[in-house]
Amino acid sequence: MEQAILKVDDLHVDYGNIHALKGVSFEVQAGEIVTLIGANGAGKSTTLNTIARLHKQSAGHVSFMGQDLAKFPAHKIISQGLALVPEGRRVFLQMTVAENLEMGAFSRKGSDFDEDLQRVYELFPRLKERRRQTAGTLSGGEQQMIAMGRALMSRPKLLMLDEPSMGLAPILVDQIFDIIRSLHKAGVTILLVEQNAQAALSVADRGYVLEIGKVVASGTGGELLESPAIKKAYLGG
Amino acid sequence: MEFLAYLISGISLGSVYAIIALGYTMVYGIAKMLNFAHGDVIMVGGYISFCAMQSLGFSAFPSVLLAMLVCTMLGVVIEALAYKPLRSAAPLAVLITAIGVSNLLQNAAMLIWKAAPRVYTPVVSGSMQLFDGKLKVSYISLLTIAACLVIMAALMLFTGKTRIGKAMRACAEDRGAAELMGINVNATVSLTFAIGSGLAAIAGVLLCSFSGTLMPTTGSMPGIKAFTAAVFGGIGSIPGAFLGGLLLGVIESLAQAYITSTMANSIVFCVLIAVLLVRPAGLLGKYVPEKV
Repeated sequence: MEQAILKVDDLHVDYGNIHALKGVSFEVQAGEIVTLIGANGAGKSTTLNTIARLHKQSAGHVSFMGQDLAKFPAHKIISQGLALVPEGRRVFLQMTVAENLEMGAFSRKGSDFDEDLQRVYELFPRLKERRRQTAGTLSGGEQQMIAMGRALMSRPKLLMLDEPSMGLAPILVDQIFDIIRSLHKAGVTILLVEQNAQAALSVADRGYVLEIGKVVASGTGGELLESPAIKKAYLGG
Repeated sequence: MEFLAYLISGISLGSVYAIIALGYTMVYGIAKMLNFAHGDVIMVGGYISFCAMQSLGFSAFPSVLLAMLVCTMLGVVIEALAYKPLRSAAPLAVLITAIGVSNLLQNAAMLIWKAAPRVYTPVVSGSMQLFDGKLKVSYISLLTIAACLVIMAALMLFTGKTRIGKAMRACAEDRGAAELMGINVNATVSLTFAIGSGLAAIAGVLLCSFSGTLMPTTGSMPGIKAFTAAVFGGIGSIPGAFLGGLLLGVIESLAQAYITSTMANSIVFCVLIAVLLVRPAGLLGKYVPEKV
């Protein structure tokens, strides 16, 4: 059995009086796409943000490549090989596309920068065309590409995507999922959070279903797609 | 010819405002706080350079360097002790703290250097005669304008071309996203305070050289004016602070000369209100809508 590169064990998070995560456990193996699905407020984004140290956990452990992440401040996470594409993309709107990508490589001090930049431009030819434009002038789908490209510039061992299809037109959603597939083929390990459960489960090797701060079901993407309870709750019948 | 003289004096006054406003606007941009103690750092810079020249017998240049060094450290210490613990507190708490720091600095200065105004010897004296002596331009005016242009260009280069400068802009836009990129936000905020306070020291020396006097409240009014200039130009924007400062100085100088000297400040603030009614984000302030 392969060693899990990310292991989340009994994670609890409180926001004041709100107990947002109530003991979430799951793991991601190298080379996998794992998805967390669930309704609004189930704790999917909280889980990713806590792994990235943007929130503090109140109990539980997150270990990545055998290291306890609790000892790192948020800005040291990316240099461990863990990159988060946050919900809402959060690209630097007033900076150019190229500057956004450069910021993605900030933790790596510029070595092989050009090579990585070319790779990102190959993956997203659109970004190459618009590299001198301010990110704020690009469409939502293009901004999602910036956010993903920016994360890839850090050469992550694990890429965490938080709702990459949110607010995008259906044709762009398909494009984003195609990119996720091609990243997977290229060997990038992905942890994907999605409300679009159908699409997420069809690309994922395995999935976990979150409900009000707890994992209530798990299985391979196919198993979950076929499960009557999941179908009823998340796949529209 | 008279108009030209007023214009030049306005531009040089405006250059001082611009240098102060650059500090205000950078700190606002990165830390999202109004550092009302910024004006008082100017005053500290004035006193340090004053002491270096009068008591230690330094010449002008090393005195300015010493003032910059002390103010840079002061800015970093103020940030670490007063503002950093409030990083996630309500903006009002930070604002009140900044006013408290301003009072603290003024009173500490009164304790150390006494309340009575001191006579400040300009770092550069003399003036240039133009048009057969019809137009007199003081060297300190020229130095001020030159200093402002150099600082402005240096800051534009720094934020536009260097890795750290770009990281600073990233922090200004979205601190959380900047942290995800591996940018140390706390260190970036410290650096911003260091730069802003170093600039305040330069502004202090120039301001005192203009007025020839120095007292513990020297920094208050220029501080408020520079804050106005920063808002005028679009707070958070570096070229905006530069433009706002220059315009403010020129308007003030011309209003003093041709309308009334007692109402000059009121006129300046009326222009500010008029500009903000038309452009709420300031002259060069940007509003970037979020796309979904």
